[in-house]
Amino acid sequence: MNRPAEFEAPTASVRGLLEKLGEGRLSVRDRLAIPPQEMPAQDPAARRGNMDEVALGYSEEQARLEALRCLQCKNAPCIASCPVGIDIPGFIAEIAAGRYAESLAVLKKSNLFPAICGRVCPQEVQCQATCTVGKSLKSLDKAVSIGRLERFAADRERESGRLEVPAVKPATGKRVAVVGSGPAGLAAAADLAKEGHAVTIFEAFHKPGGVMIYGIPEFRLPKDIVGREIEALEQMGVEIRTNFLVGRTRSLKDLLDRDGFAAVFIGSGAGLPKFMDIPGENLIGVFSANEYLTRSNLMRAYDLQHADTPIFKAKRMAVLGGGNVAMDAARTAVRMGAEKVFLVYRRTEREMPARVEEVAHAREEGVVFRFLESPTRILGDERKRVTGMECLSYTLGDPDASGRRSPVAVPGSEHLLDVDAVIVAIGNESHPLLLQTNPEIAVSRRGNIITDETGKTSMDRVYAGGDIVLGAATVILAMGEGRRAAASINRLLAEE
Amino acid sequence: MNKIIRKVRLSDEVYKIVVEAPLIAAERRPGQFVIVQRDTDFGERIPLTIADADPRAGTITMVFQTVGKSTHNLALLEEGDSIANLLGPLGRPTKIEKVGTVVCVGGGIGAAPLYPIAQGMKKAGNRLVVIIGARNRGLVIMEEEMRAIADELIVVTDDGSYGRKALVTEPLKELCDGDPRPDMVVAIGPPIMMKFCVETTRPFGIHTVVSLNTIMIDGTGMCGGCRVTVGGKTKFVCVDGPEFDGHQVDFSNMLARMGAYKEHENEAHDRCHIDMQVKKLEKERGEKA
Ligand SMILES: Cc1cc2nc3c(=O)[nH]c(=O)nc-3n(C[C@H](O)[C@H](O)[C@H](O)COP(=O)(O)OP(=O)(O)OC[C@H]3O[C@@H](n4cnc5c(N)ncnc54)[C@H](O)[C@@H]3O)c2cc1C
Ligand SMILES: Cc1cc2nc3c(=O)[nH]c(=O)nc-3n(C[C@H](O)[C@H](O)[C@H](O)COP(=O)(O)OP(=O)(O)OC[C@H]3O[C@@H](n4cnc5c(N)ncnc54)[C@H](O)[C@@H]3O)c2cc1C
Ligand code: SF4
Ligand code: SF4
Ligand code: FES
Repeated sequence: MNRPAEFEAPTASVRGLLEKLGEGRLSVRDRLAIPPQEMPAQDPAARRGNMDEVALGYSEEQARLEALRCLQCKNAPCIASCPVGIDIPGFIAEIAAGRYAESLAVLKKSNLFPAICGRVCPQEVQCQATCTVGKSLKSLDKAVSIGRLERFAADRERESGRLEVPAVKPATGKRVAVVGSGPAGLAAAADLAKEGHAVTIFEAFHKPGGVMIYGIPEFRLPKDIVGREIEALEQMGVEIRTNFLVGRTRSLKDLLDRDGFAAVFIGSGAGLPKFMDIPGENLIGVFSANEYLTRSNLMRAYDLQHADTPIFKAKRMAVLGGGNVAMDAARTAVRMGAEKVFLVYRRTEREMPARVEEVAHAREEGVVFRFLESPTRILGDERKRVTGMECLSYTLGDPDASGRRSPVAVPGSEHLLDVDAVIVAIGNESHPLLLQTNPEIAVSRRGNIITDETGKTSMDRVYAGGDIVLGAATVILAMGEGRRAAASINRLLAEE
Repeated sequence: MNKIIRKVRLSDEVYKIVVEAPLIAAERRPGQFVIVQRDTDFGERIPLTIADADPRAGTITMVFQTVGKSTHNLALLEEGDSIANLLGPLGRPTKIEKVGTVVCVGGGIGAAPLYPIAQGMKKAGNRLVVIIGARNRGLVIMEEEMRAIADELIVVTDDGSYGRKALVTEPLKELCDGDPRPDMVVAIGPPIMMKFCVETTRPFGIHTVVSLNTIMIDGTGMCGGCRVTVGGKTKFVCVDGPEFDGHQVDFSNMLARMGAYKEHENEAHDRCHIDMQVKKLEKERGEKA
C-alpha cells in the first residue's frame, strides 16, 4: 500500500494511526480500539423549524478514523450483503489513505449514485448487518459506518465542484425509451447512454427524480444532490421529457411501433397509496403520505412565502405506519408546526421497517411513538373535519409464515386519540394506469409486473424494474434492477 | 412548448386559451382534462378540462374562470407566452353512445367542458337538448356553439338578465316531466349545481352523469387527494373519473373536501360563485345544503 495522503490538521492519535497504517503495522486490535464515529447532526430543537439536512456528514478526520476501523477482511461479508456488491473494503481503504477521488471511482463501478445511497440505504439490514467489526464488538451499532463513508467520498467530490460525466461510446443510432425517472429509470438510462444508445426518459411529473424528489424530504436527501445526478445524465446526452404520462400522452405501443424506440424500460414505481378502509377516511384532514409529502417536497408547500400550493396545518396529527414513509411524514408535520405528532404502529419498535437512524431522529424531534395500536375509525364534526381517531390496542401473537409476530387486537380496548389530522402511510401499491392500457404485460396478483431474470416482461422489447416489479422496495434495489435491465437491453441491441 | 396561440376573454371572469400541444391534441377524447402549472418551482398544479382540440393544428382549447390565485396567474399570460407545464390528456373519456334523448346541462364555466360531450352525443345520433345556466348575461358562454349543434337550447340566468330567469334545475325538471322523457342527463358545473341536478333526476330514475372537479395534485392516481365516495366506495376522480353516475356520488362529502384549504385561499376570492349559488338554491328550495 502507498503512503497515505497528507491532510490538514490531524490530531496526534490520527497521525499515529496513519503512520502505523503507512508502515503496514496497524493491527486488528488497533483498529477495533478506534471508537465508532458519531454522525454530526443539526440540533434537534433547531431542526424542528427548518428543512435543512439533519445529518451533517463526517469531517475529514472522522472519515479517516472511521475508515481505519474497517478490518479489510479477506472474505468481506459486507460485499455480499450490499444489493449491488460494492467493493466495500476497497473504497474504504482509499478513504483511509486520503485518496477520495479513487474511493469514489471504486464506488461508481457498482453504484451510480453513492451520495444518495450513502444517505438513504437501510444499512443496518444490508451492508452493515454482516460487518465483522460489528460482530466482533457484539453490537450492530458498532459496525463500520459504511453508508456514512460512502456519503463522505461522494460529497467530497461534489463539493469540489467537478461534475463527473461518465464516458459515452459512439452513437449506435438506436433509441431506447425509459418510463419514469426514479432511481430505477435513472440508473437504466445511464447504462444505456454509456453504450451509445439515444435515451429518452418520460416522466409524468414536472420534475425528474421519482420518490427521491417528491417523497423523501429535503432534510434527509437534499434535492440538489439528486439534481446533480440528473444533470450528469443530461450531459451524457439523455433527453428528459417531463409532463409525459406514458399510457395517456402516448401509448407504450406507439413508442415502439411509431416513434422508433427499439426497446422500453418501465420504472414507473409503486405510486398508488393504500388506505385503511375504515370509516371516516375521506374526512378533511385525512391524507395519504404521498399527498402530504408531495405537497411539501415537490410543490414546496413548506416555503409559505413563495409556494402557491397549500398544506394542511395540523395541531395534533396521527401518522399511521412504521416505515420510512411514515417517519418522513411525521417529521415533515413537525416542521410544518404541528404541536403533537403521534406515530401509530400496530406492532413494536423491533418490527418497524424504517431505518434506525430515522426512528432515532424522529424521536429526538419530539415525535411520540404509540406502538401496538391501530385505528378503527376516524371521527369528524359537522363540517366533516377530523376531530379524533378511535384506536384498538394490540398484543403480538405467534410468528406468521414470514417469521414476524403478527398483531392481535385486544377486545374492548377501544380508546380515543385526540387529533385533527391523520396521515395514512401504510404502503403503496403499483400503479395500474400503464398496465390497464397494456394487457400484454403480465402482472402478479398484487399488480406488480412479472419479469424474467434479465428484467424482461412478457411483452417483446419491454423490460421493467424497481418498485413496479418488487413492490415498494428501496432506492438501491431499484437502481440495481434498472442496471440489470439496461444490461439486457444493451445485449439485445448489440445482437441486432 | 405549450405556447398560447390565442387568448379570448369571454366575459369578466372567463377566458379561453388555445395552446400548442400536439401530442395531447392527437390523443384526447371528450371528457378528458389536463393539469396546468404556470411556474415550475412554486406554481400550483390545477386541472382544466380540454374544451376542444384540433389535432391537425396540434392545439387544445381550455376555458377557465378566474376564481383564485392560480387561475388569475394563468389569465395574466398573453398570446405568445408559454405555460411551463402541461400534462395530459388525463381521466377516462366520456362514454358516448346512442341512447335516444340526451339533456346536457352546463352551469357557468361548465358549459365549456360540456361542449365536446354534447358534440359527441349529437354525432352519435342522439336528440340533444342543452341547458346553459349562468349568474348573469355576462357569464353566459358557448351559446352560439351549442345552438349550432343542439336540437333545443334553453338559456337561463339567475338574475333574469338574459334568457329565462331560473336555475338550471327548473327546465331540467320540466323536461323530465315531459314526453319523451330524457334517456340520459349530463350535468357539468359547480358541485352544488350538479348536486341539485342529480336530486332533480333521481325521482325519475334517469341516468345522470356528472363530471367532478375535486382538488387535485398529480392527476395520475398517486396522491389520493382527489378521492370521493361513490356508491359507498372510495374513487380517485383523476383516474376513475372525472365522470361518475351522479346518483351514486356523496356530494356532501365532496363539497366539504373541496373546502379543505379554504382558510388558506385568498380571501378576496372566497366570496365566489359557488357560495352564491348555494344560498340561492337553498332559498328557492327552502332547504339547507
Ligand atoms: C416517502 C418515502 C421514503 C422512502 N425512504 C427510503 C429510504 O430512506 N431508503 C430507501 O432505500 N428507500 C426509500 N423509499 C423507497 C424508495 O424511494 C423506492 O423504493 C424507490 O424510489 C423506487 O424507485 P423506482 O425507480 O422504482 O420508482 P419511483 O422512485 O417511484 O419513480 C417512478 C417514477 O415514474 C413516474 N411514472 C409513473 N408512471 C408513469 C408513466 N405512466 N409515465 C411516465 N412516468 C411515470 C413517476 O412519476 C415517478 O417519478 C422511500 C419511499 C418513499 C415514498
Ligand atoms: C377534472 C377537472 C376539470 C376542471 N375543468 C375546469 C375548467 O375547464 N375550467 C375551469 O375554470 N375550472 C375547471 N376546474 C376547476 C379548476 O381546477 C379550479 O378552478 C382551479 O384549480 C382553482 O385554482 P385557483 O388557485 O385559481 O383557486 P383557489 O384559490 O384554489 O380557489 C378559489 C376558489 O375556488 C374554489 N375552488 C377550488 N378548487 C376548485 C375546483 N376544483 N372547482 C371549483 N371550485 C374550486 C375554492 O373553494 C375557492 O373558493 C376543473 C377541475 C377538475 C378537477
Ligand atoms: S449501496 Fe447501500 S447497501 Fe451498498 S454499501 Fe452502499 S450503503 Fe451499503
Ligand atoms: S465486513 Fe466490515 S470490517 Fe470487514 S471489510 Fe467489510 S466493512 Fe470492513
Ligand atoms: S389527483 Fe392525485 S390521485 Fe388524483
